[in-house]
Amino acid sequence: MTEQAYNFAYLDEQTKTMIRRAILKGVAIPGYQVPFASREMPMPYGWGTGGVQVTAACLVPEDTLKVIDQGADDTTNAVSIRRFFQRTAGVAVTEATTEATVIQTRHRIPETALAEGQILVYQVPIPEPLRFLEPRETETRKMHELEDYGLMHVKLYEDIARHGQIATSYDYPVKVEGRYVMDPSPIPKFDNPKLAGNAAIQLFGAGREQRIYALPPYTEAISLDFDDYPFVASKADHACDLCGAAASYLDEVITDDQGSRMFVCSDTDFCGSRRAAGHVGRLGTPLAGGK
Amino acid sequence: MIQISNLSKSFTLHNQGAAVIPVMEGAALSVEPGECVGLIGASGSGKSTLMRMIWGNYLAASGSIMVGGLDVARAAPRDIIALRRRTLGYVSQFLRVVPRVPTVDVVAEPLLNLGVPVAEARARAEALLAQLNIPERLWSLSPTTFSGGEQQRVNIARGFVHPYPALLLDEPTASLDATNREVVLTLIEAAKTRGAAIIGIFHDEGARARLCDRLVDVTSYTPGPTQ
Amino acid sequence: MDTNAFTTVTTADPLMSVRGLSKFYGTRIGCDAVSFDLFPGEVLGIVGESGSGKSTLLSCLAGHLAPDTGEVIFATAAGPRDTVKMAEAERRRLARTDWAFVHQNPRDGLRMGISAGGNVGERLMAVGARHYGDIRAQAIDWLGRVEISADRIDDRPSGFSGGMQQRLQIARNLVTGPRLVFMDEPTGGLDVSVQARLLDLLRGLVREMGLSAIIVTHDLAVVRLLADRLMVMKGGYVVEHGLTDQVLDDPQHAYTQLLVSSVLQV
Repeated sequence: MTEQAYNFAYLDEQTKTMIRRAILKGVAIPGYQVPFASREMPMPYGWGTGGVQVTAACLVPEDTLKVIDQGADDTTNAVSIRRFFQRTAGVAVTEATTEATVIQTRHRIPETALAEGQILVYQVPIPEPLRFLEPRETETRKMHELEDYGLMHVKLYEDIARHGQIATSYDYPVKVEGRYVMDPSPIPKFDNPKLAGNAAIQLFGAGREQRIYALPPYTEAISLDFDDYPFVASKADHACDLCGAAASYLDEVITDDQGSRMFVCSDTDFCGSRRAAGHVGRLGTPLAGGK
Repeated sequence: MIQISNLSKSFTLHNQGAAVIPVMEGAALSVEPGECVGLIGASGSGKSTLMRMIWGNYLAASGSIMVGGLDVARAAPRDIIALRRRTLGYVSQFLRVVPRVPTVDVVAEPLLNLGVPVAEARARAEALLAQLNIPERLWSLSPTTFSGGEQQRVNIARGFVHPYPALLLDEPTASLDATNREVVLTLIEAAKTRGAAIIGIFHDEGARARLCDRLVDVTSYTPGPTQ
Repeated sequence: MDTNAFTTVTTADPLMSVRGLSKFYGTRIGCDAVSFDLFPGEVLGIVGESGSGKSTLLSCLAGHLAPDTGEVIFATAAGPRDTVKMAEAERRRLARTDWAFVHQNPRDGLRMGISAGGNVGERLMAVGARHYGDIRAQAIDWLGRVEISADRIDDRPSGFSGGMQQRLQIARNLVTGPRLVFMDEPTGGLDVSVQARLLDLLRGLVREMGLSAIIVTHDLAVVRLLADRLMVMKGGYVVEHGLTDQVLDDPQHAYTQLLVSSVLQV
């Protein structure tokens, strides 16, 4: 099988046109879930078929693509999607956030601030923030239409009643421009503040659920909360053990059978760039590959 | 206070061949404030029917029943309800209450419906229950389990807890002992003194003699066939 | 004495005016040509046997069903409005502020997977309450008013008895201080002793909050104790309408006479 067997970026042009229309509508109505005719992709649902279709519809030959999974460029999911577009679109790829024009992501927003002209594409498993409270799609659509969002706070109320605080730590709902309540995909709530006022275009694709939605640059996205239980963008109370960053989102890594652990930046590019610049964490070695 | 004129009533029994039973014709009656009028007549002559028509419980066929300026024969339901709330009291022979509601609350309810604060309404209810010799240990129980005499006194307490300008009394002393009968007669006399217009049915001749300023024989309003 | 002092003719405007309301299911009549006024603080009972159209009528009044013809004019804060012609969004807003709906089966009116406190708090949050402590305090207050112990606030209603579930449903509905409550057989499916307690509770709440209510039931004992006025329905039509005790004790229509005489003493 050769690259020539495919149209540029795998999808045929008509499909891409259809998806672009959905994207444009999403951008025009921030936070609104636009239905689209999701195609079968050569990968299973749950592997990012929604994000891949949005990325395919956005890519032009001059683009530089970055793909991350939980912040890392080198995990299976990220590697296979990156390779997919290398083969079907022949675009340049990078691991550097600042060099990318299109970034497809699963479950993270890069630590490095995005710039105007960049596109961040999220893979979304379940686009409907009300789904687990109200299983009927007809009813949730009606609730969005009528801005009937009391139920969203019921979920947070239940959290506090049960755990003494809002225990929702990812998939944390936001209200977009005072209108639609939106599911930001399962990013940690630590990333929620980066949704708002971001210079990049943020596009969300849900393949199985056939929905696309968007946050155009510099859009307001307020995390739902209570006056007396305000939203807190929490993270592990540590600094990165490799690069020493105090304010980046961390993964906890168990290092032996005795329960020793280390905390490392989930954003591999961010961590690597810092270490290249000479920052060293508790367990790190300058410019080395870690333990 | 109460003026009844040319009042008639018949029952149509649709499920028994649409039989029409006339029960009252050309009834007329007037009661001034402070006056007590006793209804007399043989059993079935329509004493209770007349009372129930004044109360708005039975629909009048024609004529008028003016109570405190409202024609009960023609009034809208909500106006009758307002009349019953403020102006017209009724002591029937039967106690009809929500089961399990404490006696004190049953008696206080007419006051609560008028917006009297709960504490004050309860206090007035308790005072009246004490006056009527209902033992205090029963106040927190539902009257549905009480004896006939006790239930009747609870009913009387309900009818006297608010100073209604007009009162309908259906055999208020029927099943009472001498002591309680005296209490009830005193209550009725006090109501007359404060200016209540009272219509009563008293089989108790002593009570009738003591309370009634006039007697009206309902038999004269009973249509021919049923006499 | 000046008898005018006792004149009790009330002059308030109706809370709800229904005019010529009809709903057909194909050629079958749901309810036809129903008209009435409901005034503030009034409780209206609607009785009739199964298929009499009473539930169809209630659904049309509460906006759950679109009538074919007729008007349902409600005195909103901004003046009288025909709720039939209202946009869905506006009608829903009404449904969670000025109106409440108590279902026969509490499962239809409660969220069974959410705690009692969350159930009571939902309407508050839907109208913009954003202070957890206040919402919880109000939930506790309302649980108390419907005689549910405050320590059950974090329990799910699935573990409650039928009577408790129904009381919770009432608390959930009344917490935002509605002006009109629709009730569909509110005491149906409950034990007789539990019914009595619920009836007393409803009477108290109606009195204290000055609520108006429309209660659909087939239980004449329930309407005798709760309703000021009664409408009797048969075959989709209102056959009799009047003061509750008058309709029950001196029924005029053949069907009402049959209905009343068919019931054990009420």
